[in-house]
Amino acid sequence: MQIRAVDIFKNFTGSSARPALDGVSLDVGSGELVALLGPSGSGKTTLLRIIAGLDFPDRGSVYFGDEDASKKTVQERRVGFVFQNYALFKHLTVAENIAFGLEVRDRQTRPPKAEIRRRALELLDLVQLTGLEKRRPAQLSGGQRQRVALARALAGEPRGLLLDEPFGALDAKVRRDLRSWLREIHLRTGHTTTFVTHDQDEALELADRVAVLNHGHIEQVGSPDEIYDHPATPFVHGFIGEASALTVDLRAGNLFIGNHQLPLPGRSGRTGRGRLFVRPQDIVIGEGDANGIEAEIVAVRRAGATRRAEIVIPADAGRVEIDAPAAVNFRPGERIPIRFLRGTFFLDGEGAASSLC
Amino acid sequence: MSLAIRRQSILPGFGLTLGYTLVYLGVIVLLPLAVLVLRASSLGLAGLWDIATEPRILAALRTSFSLALAAAAINVIFGGIVAWVLARYDFPGRRLLDAAVDLPFALPTAVAGIALAAIYAPNGWIGALIAPLGWKIAYTPLGIVVALVFIGLPFIVRTVQPVILELEQDVEEASATLGAARMQTLVRVILPTLAPALLTGFALAFARGVGEYGSVIFIAGNLPFVSEIAPLLIIVKLEQFDYAGATAIATLMLAASFLILLTINLIQAWSRRRMGHV
Repeated sequence: MQIRAVDIFKNFTGSSARPALDGVSLDVGSGELVALLGPSGSGKTTLLRIIAGLDFPDRGSVYFGDEDASKKTVQERRVGFVFQNYALFKHLTVAENIAFGLEVRDRQTRPPKAEIRRRALELLDLVQLTGLEKRRPAQLSGGQRQRVALARALAGEPRGLLLDEPFGALDAKVRRDLRSWLREIHLRTGHTTTFVTHDQDEALELADRVAVLNHGHIEQVGSPDEIYDHPATPFVHGFIGEASALTVDLRAGNLFIGNHQLPLPGRSGRTGRGRLFVRPQDIVIGEGDANGIEAEIVAVRRAGATRRAEIVIPADAGRVEIDAPAAVNFRPGERIPIRFLRGTFFLDGEGAASSLC
Repeated sequence: MSLAIRRQSILPGFGLTLGYTLVYLGVIVLLPLAVLVLRASSLGLAGLWDIATEPRILAALRTSFSLALAAAAINVIFGGIVAWVLARYDFPGRRLLDAAVDLPFALPTAVAGIALAAIYAPNGWIGALIAPLGWKIAYTPLGIVVALVFIGLPFIVRTVQPVILELEQDVEEASATLGAARMQTLVRVILPTLAPALLTGFALAFARGVGEYGSVIFIAGNLPFVSEIAPLLIIVKLEQFDYAGATAIATLMLAASFLILLTINLIQAWSRRRMGHV
């Protein structure tokens, strides 16, 4: 089922200074897996809770398919919600937790006992916890609790699945395992799914589309490729992936660092100051290159398979980091010519980006 | 064995604190109780049996225990609601109300008894209101329940309130997203979580109610076989210098209370195991 949030506005404090959500719209297609990505305080969890009906917006509507769900209670919306800390019922067994949503239905719609039990066991199989139905939440590991929470959310055939920082409380290895597992479950069950995360790797790896939020706005919605390769705003570029920002001048459509001209197509006639974002892998050391800039190495660190050098660009443009094979032996104080393969330029006071090739 | 216990802990002081605990409990609690039992045993088993089967004493014991249980049960419900309101909602005067809950602790019980008797007597504020209906509260067992509810309220509120404060809101939200109505969430999720604390409060209020004397005697009317409580009979025996008789009733009360409290503790241990705390 398609889920749409239209022009959602929410202010918790009452003062108009900084609303939690400031006119946010989001479409989640039927069967799609969408990530809400942003720093803490960006409003991503609030948006998720508003879709679920746990919070109500000051303005705006939520649609499930063609139906306006804005005035419906959380019970009527029938969404599966997985809470950050799982929120399992401690006094119930794993099977009873999963069956809860079916048990509380009224007499007409409640399946018979045997059917409820069959469904609970089937979901336990799906989340790979077969045989643990008699355990209590306190006897499970964090990853197992997470799976029970997901099974519980799926039990009532929800119209959509909403997950709030689903892997936030788990250690790195379990996180990675659960990530591919969740992707698999999504493929098998086909639920329209939205999840909140502050972890960009998680969002890019897992989601069909990513919505990047900042200060109650959606900065960009797009596929992981679009978000990573064509960030729409300086915020997205700074938030997604590693990047260095350089202060550069635009003079009559050409980019300059000091008096060194960088090639930039398609911005004819504009003049002003702006920021150029470059990723470490898009900076190369260009021996004897006419386009190269002389820059000074200030620090060298070993980062896993590569060696990472911090380099000061002249004319107070800023610093960049570059990756080089571990065999390359940089020395601080050395001056090397570097060249930018790709970058994204944002004119100050303007959102639009233009690429540098 | 003590060494094994010691090794589990990184905090020193096991020997010292256990020694202190034993001495403290021994001197403060067990020694007086031992003297009590010793005094009562001077009657011999036969003498104890005579007292235990004396109709007036039996009736008083029944009154004391059944009314203490009733009052504690009433307090579990209404004290639970008070604790819920104080913990969950913020409203003007909440702190004042919160402080007022402790007043039954602070008031001399006799003062409470006189005040209650004045209100519930047939010519008192509330007594006069219900008198036309043919109801009587003061000078009946109902009056005793009123006094015991008054005395027991803080025990329930103060044991349950912190647990309500610690309830995780998202568990209730989870229940709602799964389709549970507010009442279903209350019965299926919140009450089972509060049950151990409610039970503790119940036990404390009950124990206090069984032994309560001061507030009860003013409102009870103290009619033998109707509204006479066991502690009053103890006082009566003491005034007649029948120390053995007094300690015998006390011993009976002690044994019964111990049994009931032990049962409550066992239920609690069971429910804690169920919740996964070991």
